Amino acid sequence: MKAFTVSKAVTALMLAGLLLLPLYSYLSGNIFIMTLFTRIVILALAAASLNLIMGFGGMMSFGHAVYLGIGGYAVGMLAQEGTGSGFIQFPVALAASAIYALVIGALSLRTRGVYFIMITLAFAQMAYYVASGLARYGGDDGLTVYKRSDFSGLINLSNRTQFYYLCLACLFAVIFLIWRIVNSRFGLVVQGLRSNEQRMQAIGFPAKRYQLVCFVISGTMCGLAGALLANNTDFVSPAMMYWTRSGDLMVMVILGGMGTLFGPVMGAVVYLLLEEFLSQITEYWALIMGPLLLLIVLFGRGGIMGLLGRLNRG
Amino acid sequence: MLLVVEQFLNGLQFGLLLFLLAAGLTLVFGIMDLVNLAHGSLYMMGAYFAATFAAWSGSFLLGALLALGATLVLGIVLEISALRHLYGRDHLDHVLATFGLILFFNEAVRLIWGPAGLALPLPAWLTVPVPILPGIHYPAYRLAIIVVALLVALLLYLGVMRTRIGMLIRAGASNREMIGALGINIKLLYTLVFGLGAALAGLAGMMQAPILTVQIGMGENILILAFVIIVIGGIGSIRGAFLAAIFVGMIDTLGRAFLPNLLRQVLSGAAASTAAPALSSMLIYLLMAIVLVVRPEGLFPANRR
Repeated sequence: MKAFTVSKAVTALMLAGLLLLPLYSYLSGNIFIMTLFTRIVILALAAASLNLIMGFGGMMSFGHAVYLGIGGYAVGMLAQEGTGSGFIQFPVALAASAIYALVIGALSLRTRGVYFIMITLAFAQMAYYVASGLARYGGDDGLTVYKRSDFSGLINLSNRTQFYYLCLACLFAVIFLIWRIVNSRFGLVVQGLRSNEQRMQAIGFPAKRYQLVCFVISGTMCGLAGALLANNTDFVSPAMMYWTRSGDLMVMVILGGMGTLFGPVMGAVVYLLLEEFLSQITEYWALIMGPLLLLIVLFGRGGIMGLLGRLNRG
Repeated sequence: MLLVVEQFLNGLQFGLLLFLLAAGLTLVFGIMDLVNLAHGSLYMMGAYFAATFAAWSGSFLLGALLALGATLVLGIVLEISALRHLYGRDHLDHVLATFGLILFFNEAVRLIWGPAGLALPLPAWLTVPVPILPGIHYPAYRLAIIVVALLVALLLYLGVMRTRIGMLIRAGASNREMIGALGINIKLLYTLVFGLGAALAGLAGMMQAPILTVQIGMGENILILAFVIIVIGGIGSIRGAFLAAIFVGMIDTLGRAFLPNLLRQVLSGAAASTAAPALSSMLIYLLMAIVLVVRPEGLFPANRR
């Protein structure tokens, strides 16, 4: 293993950029960039959690945005009912996501391949319709969160800089956790199951149990992203878990590089910046974005991380 | 009684429409092993083409016919220019690439036709109610959808099961290399199958167009339903798609029609009318989840390998 590689250098640059962003925003007076990047960091967190099951575990979930919705609604609904404390809201958001992941994981993992993609999608759509039917919490129109989660003086979520660093800290914590998981015995078993499930079972590993635990961990992490997202937009709606959002998350993971630690973060940054950049040039930004995705699939195997790796060898 | 019969027919009509969409999807999926999310975009394009050509030619039928041809051509162009290169790749690549195509098509439509929806007015002879039972009338157009869709289903069945092309298609599905070695132009065959699937999707779109408005994103919700149908029916199985489509169409329509009243027995009026559509949409996904848990390969798995 080489000590210095192009991908490592680019990753370090990106992370330094994320860390120093508030300073740049302060110096340049550009407030919008903070809002934009808070959103990017939160969605990068969601993409990183998806990468744990998709990239390392080989479980192609097409309904991952559902946890964004569950985490978000947990915060929104509690706030609506008068429970503003983040010490209650966040644990509830994580627990709700974990329980949901446990139930749908137990059912979905009975299937594989395209059927797995579709059943996770179906469960997410189900949650979407449940949320649309919640008349008390705004139904289709969504729910405004009037007060951000209150951490009683520990951290103020309404302060733009503090909130940004909270999101960034959560992202780093999650990536650290994923790094530890992937390199643990548990993580090696999950990765072994991705390569050859039959063989792993023949050695004596209970495949489904390992995959389910991984699935639940990933869902819980994404629930955290959901709780943060609700605080970021001050609004939750069923659209948070619409299937195109799940598609967005998948695109971020694949664009950045599946099964790499920092790939999803890179993917989220590039995807969302590209979206922002193209939408400033032309109203019809998707006209460029769509074919671009197609080209990335056709020619850019391994995503950005794969590309950087090839640069290094070439 | 009147309402029950009418809703039952509506369910059948919606189910058959879903079948047209699902049939193309399951053909492409079963034969080329391609997950095509952009199938819903072809459905949308069919509707837009029909609305445009009908307004241009002044005739509903001529417009529909031209639109059918246009969607077929669009499908073939799409296959040759992009999707052909995805065969044999990972399913995830398919999802991503065709997701990109959805973005492209939605935006292209917005650029060409504008963000507002179009309307496809029916000719007078299709708007009259037709007596189907003594005392019960049903709109001629919905009846026409049922007839056309059943006809297409029959033709599709005969075409796949009884003709030489159909035999080649089935052979291509079970062993691609072998049929290529026997001197069949498998590439051309795949292009034809994709074109056929596109035309079926376009047909479904243009037939639905006069009932709903023609708008951007119309293909996305119904695409998910079509996916649910082919997963319930078993991927690659046209028979399974047919039965599952009728089933899903019925559940969706009957749920929407009768659930609000049922719910009103237990809930307050306002709560029932918001909860009912959500519940009937949920029923379909619940059905799919149950089917997949009990039979992970769908109800009628196509006999492959």
